Amino acid sequence: MSRPEDILPPDLYYGDREAGRYNTSSRVKKVQAEMSHRALELLDLRTPSLILDAGCGSGLSSQIVSQAGHQVIGLDVSASMLQLSLEKDDEAVDLFLSDLGQGVPLRAGSLDAAISISAIQWLCNAESSDVSAEGRLRRFFEGLYASLRRGGRAVCQFYPKNDAQRSMISGAAMKAGFGAGILEDDPGTKNSKLYLVLTVGGGGLQGDITGIVNGMSDVDVLDARRSATEKGRALPSRKGDKAWIMRKKEQMTRKGKVVKANSKYTGRKRRPAF
Amino acid sequence: MKLLTANFLTCAVKGCRAAASSYPLHFKDAELELQEVDFQPEFIHNIIPRIDWEGLRVMANELGFPKIPDSKPEGDALNDEQTMRDLHRLLLETHVVEGRLCCGNCGHEYMIKEGIANFLLPSHLGKTKNSIVEIQVYADGFAL
Repeated sequence: MSRPEDILPPDLYYGDREAGRYNTSSRVKKVQAEMSHRALELLDLRTPSLILDAGCGSGLSSQIVSQAGHQVIGLDVSASMLQLSLEKDDEAVDLFLSDLGQGVPLRAGSLDAAISISAIQWLCNAESSDVSAEGRLRRFFEGLYASLRRGGRAVCQFYPKNDAQRSMISGAAMKAGFGAGILEDDPGTKNSKLYLVLTVGGGGLQGDITGIVNGMSDVDVLDARRSATEKGRALPSRKGDKAWIMRKKEQMTRKGKVVKANSKYTGRKRRPAF
Repeated sequence: MKLLTANFLTCAVKGCRAAASSYPLHFKDAELELQEVDFQPEFIHNIIPRIDWEGLRVMANELGFPKIPDSKPEGDALNDEQTMRDLHRLLLETHVVEGRLCCGNCGHEYMIKEGIANFLLPSHLGKTKNSIVEIQVYADGFAL
């Protein structure tokens, strides 16, 4: 399927026509609602809070957040989408026409939390020669980091084009100072959804994403850091040693080759010849 | 746009971040509207430590609200229902629907139409301060 990100910049792509289509499609509405609920669950807010909706679009996600009793500040670059959001007439939502790639125009430490549904992959497009995808991502995440209060969280659902884009986005978030982790719902299926969960240190919140998903059912934690340190501790396997031979034999067996049975002599060093 | 949100806004131009005169933004030709919202004392409690009181006073004066206390209500004053209701009315129910927001440092004017402020910057402004002439052309060209 073609990606809208590859066709036009967001302010032009979501003109009146495409924005209207987006806002009336029941499938889009359902998927957006599910993702917004998931993001709210990850934010785990206990009191009515001030929340930024970055790339709020036609306000499908803002509406769900405001229904949960929070005040919302919505930013979007498409005027047509904001017009639709305005028609929803939600008093708890305040809207701004603003390009996320130019930063977040809010005072430091003002927000409790932030969500962003299907928006930040748009930042990977640089429409003119004087901006770059990295620069736009950096300005957005730096602005977001500054405007969140200590102990605040942000959940950004996004559709990366490929693995390079995925690591570019999460790398930019970490460079801005966030503790970052990626939660993937329904991995490996067509409905796979990626959530970048960002934490700002301090304020009595424990660490990173593992602290957030702790206690959630149906979540497996794949911690690359832990396996990396374990690997670092174990001696590296060298070509020709016992572990290497055993691995090769196993590989060949799996391929269906005839492999000698293992014995106590397998992979053992020969005595030096006289 | 609520006054609450306006209290958190800064100029989007990068060079203005460090300048003290860039905050608060100044309202010009503002049209106000009152929209009733459910009273949520918990939200006010939660948000009040983060409100810049001096900024709020400046803004309220510009909009013609004279009765703002000199200092931020703290401690016992936060349990007073009337104080909370006044704050609720000022912060959440007062909306600016039309007008301009002006930065005290670079002079950039952000148009507000139907309660939506235009914080899009021409790309050269995303980097450094630049001529004001171009900015104004841009602000007039904003259509929603």
